[in-house]
Amino acid sequence: MKPWIAYWSILRKDMRTYYLKPPNVSWGIIFPLAWTLMFFIKSDSAVDVRSLLPGVMALSILFGTTSMLAVTVTFEKKGRSFDRLLLAPIPLELLMLAKTSGAVFFGTLNAFVPVVMAAFVVDLGGVIWWQVVVAVVLIAVSSTFLGLFIAVAVSEVFEAQTFSNFFRFPMVFLCGLFFPVEVLPLPLRTLSHAIPLTYGADMLHGGVNHAARMPIVLSVAVLLGFCAALFLVSLRNIRQKWIT
Amino acid sequence: MITKMNDPGTVAIEACGLTKRFADVLAVDRVDFDVREGEVFGFLGPNGAGKTTTINMLTGLARPTAGTIRYFGRDVTQNRKKAQHLMGVVPDESNLYPELTGHENLCFCASLYGMRKREREDRARRLLDLFDLADAAGRKFAVYSKGMKRKLVIAAGIIHNPPILFLDEPTTGIDVPSARQIRQMLADLKSQGTTIFLTTHYIEEAERLCERIAFIVDGKLVKLDTLNNLVRDIQNQHVVEFTLSGCDTDLTGPLQNAFSDGTFERISDTVLRMRTDQPVHLAPLVRFLEDRSVDVTEARIIRPSLEDVFVAVTGIELERMRSEKDKGGRGR
Ligand SMILES: Nc1ncnc2c1ncn2[C@@H]1O[C@H](COP(=O)(O)OP(=O)(O)OP(=O)(O)O)[C@@H](O)[C@H]1O
Ligand SMILES: [Mg+2]
Repeated sequence: MKPWIAYWSILRKDMRTYYLKPPNVSWGIIFPLAWTLMFFIKSDSAVDVRSLLPGVMALSILFGTTSMLAVTVTFEKKGRSFDRLLLAPIPLELLMLAKTSGAVFFGTLNAFVPVVMAAFVVDLGGVIWWQVVVAVVLIAVSSTFLGLFIAVAVSEVFEAQTFSNFFRFPMVFLCGLFFPVEVLPLPLRTLSHAIPLTYGADMLHGGVNHAARMPIVLSVAVLLGFCAALFLVSLRNIRQKWIT
Repeated sequence: MITKMNDPGTVAIEACGLTKRFADVLAVDRVDFDVREGEVFGFLGPNGAGKTTTINMLTGLARPTAGTIRYFGRDVTQNRKKAQHLMGVVPDESNLYPELTGHENLCFCASLYGMRKREREDRARRLLDLFDLADAAGRKFAVYSKGMKRKLVIAAGIIHNPPILFLDEPTTGIDVPSARQIRQMLADLKSQGTTIFLTTHYIEEAERLCERIAFIVDGKLVKLDTLNNLVRDIQNQHVVEFTLSGCDTDLTGPLQNAFSDGTFERISDTVLRMRTDQPVHLAPLVRFLEDRSVDVTEARIIRPSLEDVFVAVTGIELERMRSEKDKGGRGR
């Protein structure tokens, strides 16, 4: 299977040159720590680590994945090395899977950093792990593909960063992690249902605290739909914008 | 899957009415050509003529606005991916990874073509040796000198032994020995049967390497022929250049009347050029000028070359083109 040799090689190169670099790895550890500490400082009473955990996990994934695509895709396109990939005899679908797999993997790892931290301070008994893993992977894939969509839509790395904040911050506040979706005004509530993270966060709440509002099947289906749509739109944009 | 034929008569690449329009620029305008298997095809033209755009369309980095592209007879206009396993591409600018070493870059490029680990490491090492880069193999590409970068980009283009090689100005901006080395390497590839599509603005390079040459100007293909035919066209021409002194007026009119078998051109105040397809008799010409109190201090016979063909078909003086291009070294 020749194209798979290329797939592994691209993934391995991105892992080595971008993901497993010390600044990136430390970011993956500091980020969840900072969020957890923020809640500690904010609240007067002792925080309920377990109720915070899904939120911190989701944010770690969201920020860990979306920012990476600006480097692996936008930066390489700008530096023209991406052209080399476009010239390779591998289908564009496989190429883009190779370019995004690293971010999915990295985002998934990031999600478990707060879990490991939490395990030291609270009892994680009763967590439905399979549901947590499914949720984490689906959030990682959908956030990565959102990052890809952004990375393909811009031509400069800094644009990718600002543009992704345009998506990230509203997502953080509307996904139900910090304010329950029910308390939002109707227009915002509608908007929150157009955000993949809402479904991922709900699944995480279900897995960690048995507090899901939506059936897991619905969340999985919606997330898969988001993943497919974002990936296909990104591929179409690459074909239209980069093969000019 | 498209396969090569290994038959020298076969057409490897065929472009028909190939056109590319960017917003308000018609970069390539209804270009037709074919490249035969195993030949070195030169694509010459001044800056902005549309050479790179043509390569991009052929290799799959740009979508043609109109026209068709065929590889070994198969139409791939809508999907150049189908032919990409046949191509090696050396772009005009480096597109390797600055953070990888020379060796890693080559191995990575090889893997994109499905080469296995052992195979790609062997091949990378051999190419690094061939290009005198073995000592720099472990250094990051980012710290390579300009010439070293160029050589590594070429090595990356041929790492998978492609049957068709596209080179976009391979020797621009590198020193004389390296340029020679690259030309030798291209000659070797040709002798092994590689089909080569080469753009260059070094006429001598095209003259030395290419069997057929196409001239492209403002997106239009203005001439395409074998090197021999191109030069033969003007070989029967005789060009004489006179350096004059004491000449205040333009004498081309009177000269034209007196010697109707030639055409006269005033190059500067002191230089006059005559072209004719008859053998030149200098004495009557010199006498004609001296009768008008003009001293002929020198008369030089110029042997026509591909350079003259280029100037004749493009109307562009080469010196100008070179000075615009050569920011780095000269590659003669
Ligand atoms: N992406 C693009 N968008 C708009 N115009 C473009 C684009 N790419 C090329 N052009 C224009 O198309 C024309 C041909 O450019 P091209 O790069 O093919 O020339 P070239 O023959 O390779 O020149 P050079 O010798 O300088 O490399 C130029 O006028 C150029 O400005
Ligand atoms: Mg060019």
